[in-house]
Amino acid sequence: MYGSRLRSLSAATVVTLITGYCLAAFVAPMDADQGFMQKIFYLHVPMAIVALGGFVFGGICAIMHLRTDDAKWDLRSYVAIHISVILGVGVLLTGAIWAKASWGHWWVWDEPTLVSFLIVFLLYATYTPLRFSIEDREKQARYASVFAITAGAFVPLNFLAVRAATSLVHPRTFDSADNLPGAMRTAFLVCFLGMVLLYVLLWRYEMAHKNTVAQLRSLKRKLAGDDGLRSRRSAAPELQV
Amino acid sequence: MTPPPPSTRRAVSALLRKEVRLELRTLQVIPAMALFSITTLIVFHFSLQANSVEGALAAGVLTVTLLFSAILGINRLFVADHEEGGFDGFLLAPVDRTAMLVAKALALGGFLVALEVVAVPAFGLMLLDPNLTGAALWQTIVVLLLADVGIAVVGTLVGALAIQTRARDLIVPLIALPLLLPVVIGTAKALAPTFAAAGAGALPGRWLAILGLYDLIFGLLAYAVFDFLLED
Amino acid sequence: MITAASNTLPDNAGYVAAAYLVFLALLVVYVGIMAYKLMRVERDVVELNRLADAERPGTGEPDTARASEEATSV
Repeated sequence: MYGSRLRSLSAATVVTLITGYCLAAFVAPMDADQGFMQKIFYLHVPMAIVALGGFVFGGICAIMHLRTDDAKWDLRSYVAIHISVILGVGVLLTGAIWAKASWGHWWVWDEPTLVSFLIVFLLYATYTPLRFSIEDREKQARYASVFAITAGAFVPLNFLAVRAATSLVHPRTFDSADNLPGAMRTAFLVCFLGMVLLYVLLWRYEMAHKNTVAQLRSLKRKLAGDDGLRSRRSAAPELQV
Repeated sequence: MTPPPPSTRRAVSALLRKEVRLELRTLQVIPAMALFSITTLIVFHFSLQANSVEGALAAGVLTVTLLFSAILGINRLFVADHEEGGFDGFLLAPVDRTAMLVAKALALGGFLVALEVVAVPAFGLMLLDPNLTGAALWQTIVVLLLADVGIAVVGTLVGALAIQTRARDLIVPLIALPLLLPVVIGTAKALAPTFAAAGAGALPGRWLAILGLYDLIFGLLAYAVFDFLLED
Repeated sequence: MITAASNTLPDNAGYVAAAYLVFLALLVVYVGIMAYKLMRVERDVVELNRLADAERPGTGEPDTARASEEATSV
């Protein structure tokens, strides 16, 4: 059951996120180079790290799916990647806003993390069309898992390659996450924790929904027979209960 | 590392011979890739409005030309097996399934080399400013061989993935291009000093290392994962 | 690092606000989509309840009474 701890999880998420953003707004000192604009950093970077972590988590679930052949792992992988893609949209949008505020352009090639993220995002954006274009359910799940594993292994390689390719003319601001002074580091860590909790919350929420729909379909089949089922074409994997 | 059991090696060589024989008999893929690469060079001439390119720009033009020609090859790689039932025949044989991965990757690599035999001299004659001889030629060959391994491995994986989908020709570029971006970066960066107008500079070791690392990681990954693409 | 607290709202605040609003918008859109899916689930459950009643009328009475009471109390 995925919905069991949703209430306490949402409370924890809200509290952590609000605390984090209040810390970022009122307690963390102003950045000397960028000024107030640096506050985007508390939103954008945790989202990026969590999104990438979600992609890797999706890859791990895919490995488990191929090893155990249990459809539940495929669903976990699908939901993980799905939510990471949504967060990825947020990362790219907030990154563009940050770039516009910093350098006056909506997109800059000098920020290797942002460029790598765009490439990863474009790759994972093909995950759903790939699933949609394979009719057979089992094959779809298997191929999607192969894709998730390949893409998950690709993420670190891509970041390495793009980082090596980018000239060091502009200071890499996102690296400065490592040498943050005290109050900034605390605010960043709380925001990061909040984003992790948000991801887990959304993941469990969506898993609970998928589980409910699967139980509903099974119930419908029992009560109305197979013709009561309206078959919908969907990229999402279905649990068989 | 112990050598693979003879049956796998025999399977690979048998499959590879089939691929070569099929291509030589029908002559579909390699001439198409070669023609496409030359047409692409002409497109570059007109779109860049440049009579000659050198340095980083030249490296980029060559990389893009080879990449897009490779996509053509990847699109066709598994088509014959899928349509004529070659998969079923292979699955019935008592051999390690990764033999197909190795054979197809070697075949695709061979197609790429054949493509480059045409495309690189064409590039040297048509667009490149400095002469493609001596050190420049050898350096180009080394870099392109490293790149070919990466393209062959990833291309085989993506081709096998896409062959079962309905929109095969769309899925291949969508998935293969982002996955091959490190190869693009590495090849272009590695070739840029080679095509410098003042004379071929030394090959940057860092980019050769990155290309090699990519080849290794994706080679191992493809080896681990390919079985699942052939199950029925 | 020179730290300075700011008393007045600097001119870059618009961008920061826009970034956080994008985040909020994404969350609300997600909630909206899940709400739409929940509406479909609710419709299906109501229909199933009707089907169950049609097959075995009367047996579900105590449960349905309590369930409808809970539903109306929300």
